[in-house]
Amino acid sequence: MLNRIMKAQRLMDTACLRLGRPINVMEVCGTHTVSIFRNGIRPTLPEGLKLLSGPGCPVCVTDQGFIDIVLDLARREDCIIATYGDMVRVPGKAGSLETTHGADVRVVLSTDDALRLAELHPDKTVVFVAVGFETTTPATAVAVGEAVRRDLKNFCVLSGHKLVIPAMRALLSDKNNRIDAFLCPGHVSVIIGSDAYLPIVEEFGRPCVVAGFEPMQVIEGIAEICRQLAEGMAEVVSIYEGVVRPEGNRTAQKLMETYFEPYDGYWRGLGRIPGGTLRLRDEYGRFDAMRRFGIEEIPAEEPLGCRCGEVLCGLAAPMDCGMFESRCTPDTPVGPCMVSSEGACAAWYKYGRRRRRHG
Amino acid sequence: MAERRERILMAHGGGGRLMGSLIAEKILPRFANETLGQLADAAAVEVGGANVLFTTDSFVVKPLFFNGGDIGKLAVCGTVNDLAVAGARPVALSLALIIEEGFEIALLEKILDSAAEAARDAGVQIVAGDTKVVERGAADGIFINTAGIGARIADLSMRHIRSGDAIIINGDIGDHGMAIISQRKGLEFESPIQSDCAALSALTCAVLEAVDGVRFMRDATRGGVAAVLNEIAVGAGHDIELVEAQLPVNHAVRAAADMLGFDLLDIANEGKVIMVVAAESAEAALEVCRNHELGRNAAIMGRVLDAAEDAIVELATAIGGRRVVQMPYGRELPRIC
Amino acid sequence: MCLAVPARIVELEEDRAVVDAMGNRWNCRTTLTPDVKLGDIVLIHAGFAITTVEEEEAQKTWRLIAEFDEFQKKQEKGSEIY
Repeated sequence: MLNRIMKAQRLMDTACLRLGRPINVMEVCGTHTVSIFRNGIRPTLPEGLKLLSGPGCPVCVTDQGFIDIVLDLARREDCIIATYGDMVRVPGKAGSLETTHGADVRVVLSTDDALRLAELHPDKTVVFVAVGFETTTPATAVAVGEAVRRDLKNFCVLSGHKLVIPAMRALLSDKNNRIDAFLCPGHVSVIIGSDAYLPIVEEFGRPCVVAGFEPMQVIEGIAEICRQLAEGMAEVVSIYEGVVRPEGNRTAQKLMETYFEPYDGYWRGLGRIPGGTLRLRDEYGRFDAMRRFGIEEIPAEEPLGCRCGEVLCGLAAPMDCGMFESRCTPDTPVGPCMVSSEGACAAWYKYGRRRRRHG
Repeated sequence: MAERRERILMAHGGGGRLMGSLIAEKILPRFANETLGQLADAAAVEVGGANVLFTTDSFVVKPLFFNGGDIGKLAVCGTVNDLAVAGARPVALSLALIIEEGFEIALLEKILDSAAEAARDAGVQIVAGDTKVVERGAADGIFINTAGIGARIADLSMRHIRSGDAIIINGDIGDHGMAIISQRKGLEFESPIQSDCAALSALTCAVLEAVDGVRFMRDATRGGVAAVLNEIAVGAGHDIELVEAQLPVNHAVRAAADMLGFDLLDIANEGKVIMVVAAESAEAALEVCRNHELGRNAAIMGRVLDAAEDAIVELATAIGGRRVVQMPYGRELPRIC
Repeated sequence: MCLAVPARIVELEEDRAVVDAMGNRWNCRTTLTPDVKLGDIVLIHAGFAITTVEEEEAQKTWRLIAEFDEFQKKQEKGSEIY
C-alpha cells in the first residue's frame, strides 16, 4: 500500500511542479469529505494542492426553510417523522429534531422502515424526510411505488432530494469559482453513470475523476486529476473499477424519472439551482408532504454571520467564518455545515487543525 | 442559534462532551470536594486507616441481552473494571435492581445468574442489594445500579504521566458498541460480533504486580478510546499520538462500522483497558497482557508526547496522514446520506 | 453517499435478499438490481443494493479489511512507533 501512495504522491508532485500554479480540486460528496478527513489525506498532498469541500453533503445544502418545515411537522401530534440519522441534529430557527420536546422522531436506515411505521401507526401520518443525492433517491422512489401499491393513506414524503450535475454546473458558472477539477462521488456515479459528467467536461473543460471512498482511491483519484491538469487535458475517468459503469444503474434512473421531476429549488448557499431539486410528480401528489399539509417552500434567511453558503461553494474555508469554533460548534451549531457529520465545518472542527485557539 | 440547554438530551449520558459539561457545570460544583473533583473511575477513600477504592455505576443498556453478555454480566464487570483500572483489587459489590412491573421473572433469573457467574469469575462477592419495582413504562425492563469497593494496590494518577510513556490497549476496539448496535431495534443485522464484556481485574492486577511504571489506567466504555485519550491528554496536560496501524480491530467489527459510517475510536467497549506505562516498562506490560486470555491482541497503540497547554490527541493514519481525534459528541448516529 | 462494504447475496427471494459482508448479515432489497442472482456481490446503500461488484474488486476490499486485522496481530513488539 505504501508503494502505491508514494507513486501517487510522485505523480502529484511532478504534475504540480509542471503546472507551476496552485491547484484547487473540489470534491462534491459528503463521504469523500469524511474520508479525506478521517484518513488525514490533506497533510499527504503537495504544497499548492488544495482540496475544496463542495456542496456534497445533502444535509448541508438543505435550505433552512426546509428544516423549519420538518420541525413544524414534528411538533404536530398527528405526525411521526421518519428520518435518516443525519437530519436529527440540524438546527432550524428554534432547535432541531433532537431538541424538539415531544416530537415523535424515528431514525430509520431504509425507506422500508418508514413504510412499516405507517402500517404500524394508522392513526398517525408518517412523514419521511427524503434528503440525499442520486444514491438515495431511488430508495425513496421505490417507497412511493410501494405506497401506491398498498394504497397507504398515512404515508408521505418531504422531498429534499437533489441532483449533483446541476450543482456542478452552477458552481462552474459562478465567475468567482476557482475550481480546476472535480473529484466525483463514487456512489452517486454508480447510479447516474460516469458518462453523466461528459457534459461538464465538454462545456467547462474541467477533469472529472470518479473515485471510491477508500483512502487509496481518493489519493489515486487526485493523482489522476493532477496528471490530466499537467497535460492540459480534461476527461472523465473512473478509477472506481468494477463498480461504476458509464451508463450507471438504468433501473434506478427509470424509477427516479417515474416518480420525480426536477425543478428549480433552493440550495442553501447556492440559491436557486435550475433543475437541481426533485419533487414528486403531480400524479403522486398525495404522497407529497408539502401538498398534503399545504406548505409552501420559502427560502429562509441565513442566520446573521453564517457563511455556510460560501463554505459550500469552496469560496470560504470554515476557519474564515467568524463564528467557527466560537458561536458555532458541534454542540451549539448555527449552520448545517457544523452539525452534519459530512459538513466541512464539522470535519475541520473534529479532525482539523491543532491548537486553533493559539493560531 | 446557540440556545441555552433546558432539557437533558440522550447525548448527556453518552460519555462525551455533553456529559462532561453537565458534570462540570451542574454536578461538581454542588458537591465540591477534592476527591470527587478528580473524576476518577474509583475514588480513593481512607476508611479506618485502610486505603479503599470506592465506585458506583448504573446500567441501562438496551437490549438487555446481547451477543456476549447481558445487563447482569455488564453490571458486575463494569463495576469491577472501574475498581481494577483505578488500581484496586476488587473485593465486594452491591447490586440494586429497579424492575419494571410486568418484567418476566424468567428473564430476571437469567440476569441474576449472569451476575452471579461474573462475580464468581472476578473473585468478588455481592454483599449488599436492594430491589425496587416501578409501574409499567417507568423503567425499560430493568435498570441496575451498583457500588463497589476494593483494596488499593497501586497509586495510579494522571499526574504521573510523562513524555514518552507508551499507551497500551489490551485488545480489539469497538466490539461491544457494534454488538449492541447490531441488535438495536430498527438496526438489526445478524452478526458474529460479540461484546467484549469481561472483568479485567485479573489482567490489571497481573500487570501491576509484574511491572513498575504503570502510570495510569482507564477502561474505555461509552465514548470509546477517543473519550479516554482526550480525558488523559487534558488531565495530564500532554499531547498524545495514536497510530492507526497499531489499533487492534476485528474485521467483522470494522466492516460493520464501515457500513454504518461509524468511527471505531468513538464506539463503546466493555472489556478494554487503556494503560499508560513508562516506556521502559512497555514491553514487559505488553508481555503480561498477551499471556492473559483478555489481552491476546494487546498492542502499544500510541504514546504520550510533550506537555502542552491545549493538549490534543492526534492520529497518524494508515496512509501516512494525520488528523485530530476529538472528544465524541456522545450520541453517534448511523449515517446514511 | 455512504461507505459501503461489498456484500455477497446469500439468500434471495424476489426482491428481498440477505447479504453477507465479513460475517455480518444484512437484509436488503434488490429492487434496483433486478438481475442479481444468489452468489452475486453487491453494494448496499440505505437498505438497497445499488450495483453489482466484480468478484476481483470485492476480494480486494475484503482483503484490505482483513489485512488490517492481520497486520495488527503481526505486530510482535509494537515498537515501530518509537
